[in-house]
Amino acid sequence: MSTSDPERNRERDSEATFGDYGGQYVPEALMPALQELEEAYERYVLENEDGFMDEFRERMRDFGGRPTPLQRADRLSERYDREIYLKREDLVHGGAHKLNNALGQVLLAKYMGKERIIAETGAGQHGTATAMAAAHLDMPCEIYMGRTDVNRQRPNVYRMRMNGAEVNPVEAGSGTLKEAINETMRDWATTVENTHYVIGSVVGPHPFPKLVRDFQAVIGREAREQIREKAGRLPDSVVACAGGGSNTMGTFHEFVPDCADPRFANESSGRSPRDDDVALYAVEAGGSSLEIDAEEGLAPNSATLSTGTDGVLHGAMTKLLQSEEGQIMESHSVSAGLDYAGVGPELSYLAETGRVTPVSVDDEAALNGFHRLSRLEGIIPALESSHALGYVEEAHDELGDLVVVNVSGRGDKDLETVLEETEKRDLEAAPEVEVFDRD
Amino acid sequence: MTDDVPSATGEYDSDIEAAIRENHPALITYLTAGDPSLEDTKAYVEALDRGGADLIELGLPFSEPIAEGPTIQAAINRALEAGTTPEGFFELVDELETEAPLLVMTYYNMILQYGDEPDVRPFVERAAEAGLSGIIVPDLPAEEADPLREACDDHGLDLVFIVAPTTEGERLETIMSQVSGFAYVQARLGTTGARADVSTATHESLARLAEYDVPKAVGFGVSEGDHAAEIIEADADGVIVGSALIDIVASSDDPAADLEAKAEELKRGAIRGAETVTVDTEDTPEPEQP
Ligand SMILES: Cc1ncc(COP(=O)(O)O)c(C=O)c1O
Repeated sequence: MSTSDPERNRERDSEATFGDYGGQYVPEALMPALQELEEAYERYVLENEDGFMDEFRERMRDFGGRPTPLQRADRLSERYDREIYLKREDLVHGGAHKLNNALGQVLLAKYMGKERIIAETGAGQHGTATAMAAAHLDMPCEIYMGRTDVNRQRPNVYRMRMNGAEVNPVEAGSGTLKEAINETMRDWATTVENTHYVIGSVVGPHPFPKLVRDFQAVIGREAREQIREKAGRLPDSVVACAGGGSNTMGTFHEFVPDCADPRFANESSGRSPRDDDVALYAVEAGGSSLEIDAEEGLAPNSATLSTGTDGVLHGAMTKLLQSEEGQIMESHSVSAGLDYAGVGPELSYLAETGRVTPVSVDDEAALNGFHRLSRLEGIIPALESSHALGYVEEAHDELGDLVVVNVSGRGDKDLETVLEETEKRDLEAAPEVEVFDRD
Repeated sequence: MTDDVPSATGEYDSDIEAAIRENHPALITYLTAGDPSLEDTKAYVEALDRGGADLIELGLPFSEPIAEGPTIQAAINRALEAGTTPEGFFELVDELETEAPLLVMTYYNMILQYGDEPDVRPFVERAAEAGLSGIIVPDLPAEEADPLREACDDHGLDLVFIVAPTTEGERLETIMSQVSGFAYVQARLGTTGARADVSTATHESLARLAEYDVPKAVGFGVSEGDHAAEIIEADADGVIVGSALIDIVASSDDPAADLEAKAEELKRGAIRGAETVTVDTEDTPEPEQP
C-alpha cells in the first residue's frame, strides 16, 4: 500500500534534517502551515524578496541596537592569563539575543499576511522580545509561560504585559518551558490559519531550526569580523550556553566551517580548510547533578547534549532527556531559560559529529559566574549566560589563548533568584546578602 | 493482510476496513489505557465492545500529548501516575478478547523507544503479536511515515492517517494514497475534546473526500448520539468518540455500565443517521447546529 516516492523523500530529507536529526513530527493540521513557512523562509529570508532582509537588518539596527560590541574583558583576561572577549548580546534591545529571532519572525509573519502572534517562553526573554517586536510591528500577541517560570521571572511577565501582550500561565507538569511549548502548539493547532507561532529557539519542526539559526547568525557574523579586527585572527575557541541552543547556534554558525573537516566546508564562504579548528563549546545546565533520578522520572539538570538520548519531541528528532520507555523527563536548572529536556536538532548533529563539544557546569558554578562577571567587569549577566562564564572559569586552560564568550543576555530578570539561591550557598564571589535587606 | 479484493465479495483489505464496512455505520471508541488502571481499562473496553463499538482505539500514554485537549491530557496523566508502561499496555492487549478489532494510538517517540535502539520495528512486531490491527500516530505526518508504514506493511497492520480541515490539494492526495484501514477525518481545527456541536469543517472535509473509496471516520469533538447521526448523514462511514467516554471514566460511579449505555446511544445515533441518508439520497449538508 506504500506509494511514497523514495527519491522525493530523500530530497526532502536533506532539507528538513541535519544528519538523522530534525524533521517534522507534528499533527497533520499544522503541516500546511509549515509548508507555507518553508516557502516564506526561502523567498524572504534566503532570497531577500521584497527587500525583507534589508528591512529586518535596518530594524535590528535602529530598533534593536545592532551591531553589539565585542568587548575585551580586561580583568577576566588577567585572571585567566589569556585574551577573553565578550560578545555583548545583553546590549540588544530587551536585554538578550532573543530579539534577533523574535523581530525576524514577527516581521516574516507580517510579510506572510498573518494576523496574530503566539509564543512560548521559559525565562521570559523570548516572550519579552516577541511582545516588543509585536508592539513595534503592531500585531496582537499572546504568550504561554509555565507557572514556575511566571513566579521566578516576574520582571519579564510585567514587561510583556507593558508591551500589550497577554500572558497565559501554564499549570501542567513542572510549569516550565516544555509545558509552555505543548500549550502553544495546541493553540497553534486551533488557530493555524491566521496565526504565526514564533518559536523561541532553534527547536521544533523544520523549517524553524534553520529559520531561527539564520536570524541569530548575526551574532557570530559580527563576532567573527570583530575579533579579526581587534585580535588580528580567529579565536581558538568560542563558548556559548545552550538551552534550546539559539544563542549557541547563532554564535557558532559562522565559525562552523572554520575547521579542517570537509563535512563542514562552506563553499560559498570561500574559506580554505584550516589545520586548527576554532573549537566550539556548548555549555549546558548541569543543575545539581548529571545523574538521573529514574524513580521520579526527573533529571536534576538540563544537560541534554551531554546526557540525552535520541528521540522525538516538539516536532523534531533530536537529543532528549527521557526515560527508557520514551517518557520525557522534567528537567532542572537554576536558570529558567536553560530548563528544557530537548535541544535543537542541528546542535545534536554538530555534537554527534564532534564539531561542537558539549560541556556543562552546575548551578553553583553558574551562580559564581554571575557574581564574578558582575564584580570584575561591571556586567550583570543572565543566569543562562553565567553558565558559559562558569565554564571559562573551570576549563580556561583548555580554551587556548584567544577566547570569545557570548553573553547572551543581561541578568536584571534574575536578581531575585540569584539572591535567594546565593543565600542558600556559601559562594566565594558573592556579596553579603544582608546588604540587600538594609534598603 | 489479504490482497485487494472487491468489496462485493465481502472481503476487505484488513480487519479494520472490514469492521467499518460490515458494521456500517461504525462506532469507533477511544480510551486511554491505564486510566485509572490497566484492570479498569480491561473492564471498560469489554463494556464498550458489548455496547456496540465496532473498532476500539487504546491510547498508550505519552507525557507530551500535543494533539490532545484537557480531557485526554488528564487521562494520560492519570495513566502515567498509575505507572502504565508499554509492556503493561501490550499485556492488557494480550488478554483482551473483543469482537471489535483494537488499534493503538500513541505518539511517535513511544514507538521509537520500544526496544533497545530508537527503531520502529520492535514496537510494530510486539503490536502484531499482541493482536492489534492498526496504529494511529497523531504527530506523524505522511512525510515522516515511511519507516513505520513499511514495518506495518510487513506485519499486516494498518497505519491510519489523519485528514485535517487544513489538508487540501496535493497533500490530500498524498495522504489518501497512503491511507490504510480508514481515513481519520479531524472534525475541526485544534485538539481533541468533547464539543456541543458538529463543526461545519466536518461537512467540508467529508465533501473533499467524497471521491476517495476509503472508509472515512470522523473524530474530535463528537460526544452525543445526535452528533453521530449528523456525521453519518454527512456521508461518513464511522464516528470516533474519545473525550466523552473519558468524562464517564473520570466521573461516573459505575463507569462500565455507563460506557456500555453511552456506546449504545452513539451507535443508535449513527444508525439513525444512516437511515436518513437512505431515505433522502440527495441530502445537502445541514448547517451547523446552534
Ligand atoms: C539570556 C538567555 N540566554 C540563553 C537562553 C537559552 O536559550 P537558547 O539556548 O536558545 O539561546 C535564554 C532563554 O530564554 C536567555 O534568556
